[in-house]
Amino acid sequence: MAEFLDMGGYGFYIWGSYLVTGVLMVLEVILVRRRRSQLKRRLDRMGRMQSHEEETRLDHEIET
Amino acid sequence: MSTSTSMFATLGYLLGREVKLAARRLPDVMTTLFFFVIVVSLFPLGVSPEIETLRTIAPGVVWVAALLASMLALGRLFGEDFRDGTLEQLLLAPQPLSLLVLVKIFAHWLLTGAPLVLMSPLLGIQFGLNGDALAVLVGTLLLGTPSLSLVGAVGAALTLGLRGGGVLLSLLILPLYVPVLIFGAGAVEAVASGLGAGGHISLLAAFLVLALCGAPWVTAAALRISLD
Amino acid sequence: MAINWYKFASPASFYPLAGRLVPWFWILAAVLIVIGLYLGFVVAPTDYKQGEAYRIMFIHVPAAWMSMFIYIVMAIYAGLALVLKTRLSTMMATALAPTGAMFTFVALWTGAFWGKPMWGAWWVWDARLTSELILLFLYIGYMSLYAAIDDPRRAARASGLLAIVGAVNVPIIYFSVKWWNTLHQGASISFGQAPTMAATMLAAMGIMALGFWMYTIAVVLMRVRCEILERERHSDWVQEMVSRGTYG
Repeated sequence: MAEFLDMGGYGFYIWGSYLVTGVLMVLEVILVRRRRSQLKRRLDRMGRMQSHEEETRLDHEIET
Repeated sequence: MSTSTSMFATLGYLLGREVKLAARRLPDVMTTLFFFVIVVSLFPLGVSPEIETLRTIAPGVVWVAALLASMLALGRLFGEDFRDGTLEQLLLAPQPLSLLVLVKIFAHWLLTGAPLVLMSPLLGIQFGLNGDALAVLVGTLLLGTPSLSLVGAVGAALTLGLRGGGVLLSLLILPLYVPVLIFGAGAVEAVASGLGAGGHISLLAAFLVLALCGAPWVTAAALRISLD
Repeated sequence: MAINWYKFASPASFYPLAGRLVPWFWILAAVLIVIGLYLGFVVAPTDYKQGEAYRIMFIHVPAAWMSMFIYIVMAIYAGLALVLKTRLSTMMATALAPTGAMFTFVALWTGAFWGKPMWGAWWVWDARLTSELILLFLYIGYMSLYAAIDDPRRAARASGLLAIVGAVNVPIIYFSVKWWNTLHQGASISFGQAPTMAATMLAAMGIMALGFWMYTIAVVLMRVRCEILERERHSDWVQEMVSRGTYG
């Protein structure tokens, strides 16, 4: 195992490349997922605000 | 026949207008030129006053300074006309927009690119260039700076009216300037080291032809997007 | 049996389709990358010239390929958007850019980590590394222009035009950088062109490239779904999803 990690003395360079590549690829996915969940929250808020507006408008119409 | 004459009349009128306007704003024209001179003059102070070193870096320094100077001037290519509404008039003109744009770019080059070309031999002498190398420096700048104006016009049109437009413009345009820099500076270097510059100069000319065919058209499209 | 492709050019019908496709591309990407890594680290022999260091190639070369490929695809989508005026293609173009920039950065980073043991320097002004650096600048310019314009329609069209201009310039830049490089210094070790490349090495590289490709499709489809929701949020079909509280 230690021999495999050492990579004939090039371990630092090889794992330095693979680690950064892996981290960046995972990070990209995390960022896209976060963007999606934030977007969902924003749309939900938008939806609630709209239905609230509709209710108040209906209330207003009933009152008058 | 009459339409074509009227078109040339319009184009000629536009060219005259551009030059006249720029002549009134002479300080602006001089700013670009002085920027060019100052940037080039900083290098001996920053690197070394030794003439041998200067001679090797001269082509690159002069060319990079020319790149920066012509890029800085791009803000004025459409900026004024955008603010006072002239640009919208041009978009509505019956003449093809790409031709009008080409005239504007040419006028812009006359007032910002051409002075750089005229000033360059002086700076070359300061850097110990002589004879052929000096001639090639002027020649390549004469071929290359129009390409810079043409390619730069696309960026100027795309960033029209944006906040932070100037810095953004440099981000968009400088990578596209790379071929001109390589062939321009390379030609001078080749001559200075005793090789022929023919290949470099033909490639520089080829780039100019390509830019001349493509850039006005793309710039017109970019202006339409920006003013939509 | 003619499939109506135009149907899927509408964001409303592409959105659920993309959602269904994403998991499959994730599976493909994971399987291919695992096979590629297995071939690359277990099966492929040690290179007699470069030792184990050459194993960086299995991510460096595919990342460099993807970085260029994605730029071309981005420019094609931008061109389609300008010619056919389809909304979806502008969204695809913007969704591709961050992944392309990421792979460009990976190619540069792994190039440096390969160059250090091989050339003895982290950075060499080699023709390929230099072109890759300029490609990164082009991606950054594209994304900055998109971010600087508030109106998404104008932003998409302006950055699309820039992508096309960039794509025309990429071969010219590559050629000029190569010309410049050969004039200034003889190429040292050229990447990925080892004369005795074993078949397993090539296979590992190819499979990794396919894996990266599938990864790109998966992540870009995810991103384009966000893009669609954002830009179409006032349309009826998105409003309907909002009122139902589920987003497919």
